[in-house]
Amino acid sequence: MTGWHSAGGGPVIPDFGQPSACLKHNGWFCTDWMSKHWGDVLQPALVQHIQLTVIAVGIGFGIAFLLALVGFRWRFLDAPLGGFTDLLYTIPSLALFQLLVPLTGLTVTTVEIALTSYTLFILYRNIVAGLRAVPAEVLESARGMGLTRRQTFFRVELPLAVPAILAGLRIATVATISIATVAAFLIQDGLGHPIFDAIETPDLFKTELLASGGLAILLALTADGLLAYAQRALTPWSRLR
Amino acid sequence: MPTEAAELVFDEATKVYPGRDGAAVDHLSLTVPAGEICVLVGPSGGGKTTALKLVNRLIPLTGGDIRIDGTSILEHDLTELRRSIGYVIQQVGLFPHMTVEGNIGTVPRLLGRPRSWIRTRSAELLELVGLDPSYAKRFPAQLSGGERQRVGLARALAANPPLMLMDEPFGAIDPIVRARLQDEFLRFQSELRKTVVFVTHDIDEAIRVGDRIAILREGGRLAQYDTPQRILEHPVDDFVAEFVGRDRALKALALRTLGDLELSPATDDGLPRLHAGASLRDALALLVAEHRDALLVVDADGSPLGVAKREDLLQ
Repeated sequence: MTGWHSAGGGPVIPDFGQPSACLKHNGWFCTDWMSKHWGDVLQPALVQHIQLTVIAVGIGFGIAFLLALVGFRWRFLDAPLGGFTDLLYTIPSLALFQLLVPLTGLTVTTVEIALTSYTLFILYRNIVAGLRAVPAEVLESARGMGLTRRQTFFRVELPLAVPAILAGLRIATVATISIATVAAFLIQDGLGHPIFDAIETPDLFKTELLASGGLAILLALTADGLLAYAQRALTPWSRLR
Repeated sequence: MPTEAAELVFDEATKVYPGRDGAAVDHLSLTVPAGEICVLVGPSGGGKTTALKLVNRLIPLTGGDIRIDGTSILEHDLTELRRSIGYVIQQVGLFPHMTVEGNIGTVPRLLGRPRSWIRTRSAELLELVGLDPSYAKRFPAQLSGGERQRVGLARALAANPPLMLMDEPFGAIDPIVRARLQDEFLRFQSELRKTVVFVTHDIDEAIRVGDRIAILREGGRLAQYDTPQRILEHPVDDFVAEFVGRDRALKALALRTLGDLELSPATDDGLPRLHAGASLRDALALLVAEHRDALLVVDADGSPLGVAKREDLLQ
């Protein structure tokens, strides 16, 4: 997309053959550009962005869940594990990318490692808090009725932690969608790429910025809404309290 | 609902918590005959709840033994033991994420009962504890405190256990609903005839629900184990007399009804009337209020059965 920087005078706008009046004036909402480049710019970036997010949150959830099981079962490990995820969370994303590049290069892997690290803090805290929030009398009646430790976990503690876990997933997902735009510093994937492209265009390519930035916002809102819906659908009892 | 109640024996049962002075339960020996309600009552620190939890091994015994139908609780598999004992606690502890039916079906599910069996059983039990079958699909958060404890009772009865442990089951419920729950509990207990160990700190509740009452004193020692009548009329020592209260004579009157008396022939000369099911305590209260020396006892239809005099009541 380097061809966008034309050598002619006037506003430097990529030459698409017969640019519309809107594009010539570098308008904010040029629908002709959006529809023309949906297929080769916006849609692939959106799909990549979703992939980056789903993989990071998915792996992050897996790791955080295992860590949470350990921190829940052996209480003395909770503080160190929580501190570890906290530490990862405090590293600025660009710095973390820099730290990882010598190890994994300018790759999707580097980005995923960084994104995954950030989800751990939110997910770990929420899963542990959810599991610990089960009322003492509920646990006592479970024990008194002859539920084994494992049955108590799967039938009582885990289901009761679902609202907290899904709340954590919502925050982690929205945060990852946001941070994933920064991945464009390293790789050509995701909605960050057209956003940076638009910013780097002299005079700022407004339509591309609005379209790709808007898609990132829409994606975050949609993901948040879907997870909120899942929470309501999966735990009808939690709204009654 | 077939029921075989179990005999429960505490045999020198002892609990000592490490690092604490004295025992929580000290060589407790008593036998609860099958099908009877034994109320453990006493001041706090008397070890009532500890004694109860020794039975389903929520608290492990330090010494002595507890036997259910002759078999030591220590010989049972822990999980099976608990599933065969109904357990009801003051805070109920319903599972908030399960419907009423899901809660009631907890132990039957663990025992591998099919879903259809659980649905039928749950409807049956809801009726027994006085709730409409439509409650089956509700969540605990949609119930009042009294309704929750009814569901707690139904859940404890779900697998038809021969023995029930009830730890201050009505303690968190307001007095009016509590009285109703006590009555209903006694009504279905008279049908089911479970062996019940019932903990309370309220001597009136103990007198009301207990076939036998065990009064524990501080340090978990048994002060007296007897029927309510005998405890009220013949407390073994000052501690028990003090605990049952100065009005124990009146409480004893509350345990007997006019129907229990031998009545003089009926003469209807404007005496106050009271039905035969009324307690002697209510009868005495009526006489005091009306400044009379006798009353006319009538049956459910209002026909006179005979006259009860003040001195008959006080014998």
